[in-house]
Amino acid sequence: MKEQNISILEQRFQEKIDNDIKIEPRDWMPDNYRQTLIRQISQHAHSEIVGMLPEGNWITRAPNLRRKAVLLAKVQDEAGHGLYLYSATETLGADREELIDDLHSGVAKYSSIFNYPTVTWADMGVIGWLVDGAAIMNQVPLCRCSYGPYARAMVRVCKEESFHQRQGFEIMTNLMKGTSEQKAMAQDAFNRFWWPSLMMFGPSDADSKHTEQSVKWKIKRHTNDELRQMFVDATIPQAELIGLTIPDKDLKWNEERGHYDFGEINWDEFWQVVKGNGPCNKDRVDTRRRAKEEGMWVIEAANAYAEKIKVRKAS
Amino acid sequence: MTNKEWPLWEVFIRSKQGLSHKHVGSLRAADAEMAIENARDVYTRRSEGISIWVTESNNMFASNPNEADSLYEPSDSKIYRHPTFYEVPDGIEHM
Ligand SMILES: [Fe+2]
Ligand SMILES: [Fe+2]
Repeated sequence: MKEQNISILEQRFQEKIDNDIKIEPRDWMPDNYRQTLIRQISQHAHSEIVGMLPEGNWITRAPNLRRKAVLLAKVQDEAGHGLYLYSATETLGADREELIDDLHSGVAKYSSIFNYPTVTWADMGVIGWLVDGAAIMNQVPLCRCSYGPYARAMVRVCKEESFHQRQGFEIMTNLMKGTSEQKAMAQDAFNRFWWPSLMMFGPSDADSKHTEQSVKWKIKRHTNDELRQMFVDATIPQAELIGLTIPDKDLKWNEERGHYDFGEINWDEFWQVVKGNGPCNKDRVDTRRRAKEEGMWVIEAANAYAEKIKVRKAS
Repeated sequence: MTNKEWPLWEVFIRSKQGLSHKHVGSLRAADAEMAIENARDVYTRRSEGISIWVTESNNMFASNPNEADSLYEPSDSKIYRHPTFYEVPDGIEHM
């Protein structure tokens, strides 16, 4: 009887999804759907938060006040994105503190791209352009995700992201119009970030264990490889326009497919970084952990103050 | 004891004078004052609002989605509540 009930509920749930009716927090949903969302949204939230670190690294060294104000605003946006997303996990009954503990203990994953170092100013350009560009590619279809709070968070995020990509491309454009050293710096940043950016879309479809169910639930609208192809097709003309050379000898336009063919991604590197062995994994997680520990007094002080005010008002 | 997690707050924003406040999301804060300050930083960075309401999420009560059918279906049959239900002769204006 119980099992039969669940299968009816599951059937109704899938009908809603098929008819593009959004699922809202208090609606019945299969446990797997809930867990899949919590995993995906929390990983996304962690990526926004850890993603502040490589760029935060350059705020004090931005080349002028305009660039500094822009970078500061961008990094602040990323903090907001993290917050919208943690809030979305809370609508699913997740405990935000537990999720953050999982990040700090190394159990939770976040986007591998943030485990690469940012060694020159051009990295700020290439990150805004490629990394935020890839994030936009991923996030635009998520605005139509079946889970209401996630979709709404993504609408906000996408609105804010559009300046992130443009400011990055502007940095690259300016460097490519500059001295030979500046051009070399831009090309070097592009060389280092091109392949990791392609890896941002995750394992190839053949190795992606969650994709099929997520597509059926309309959590995902495109497969990893589809999104990666869209990104390559959109980005190559931009790179060529400002005079960058794409670090891929196999890259060529395929007239028949109407898409660019590109070389094999180094999946060994991808899995190494996912498993925690990238150049900055340890540093990123340590920094987050330290931020929490060293910021704990703020939480305590605010609680003490709130308590004091409450007592004062009551008396 | 004092490092307990800050409570969750729901945030409502009036985007401009003349419109009602609309739910925009939630956040955590130690008290109402801090919730409003955080809401300003998080939800109005691009002139999205001119007024903020916050309430602790604990204080929100919601209808049960399982009862949606019995709660809202009865109104579906009462089409006479809509002006389009009525026939107005040709030539009648301002009605
Ligand atoms: Fe973001
Ligand atoms: Fe961004």
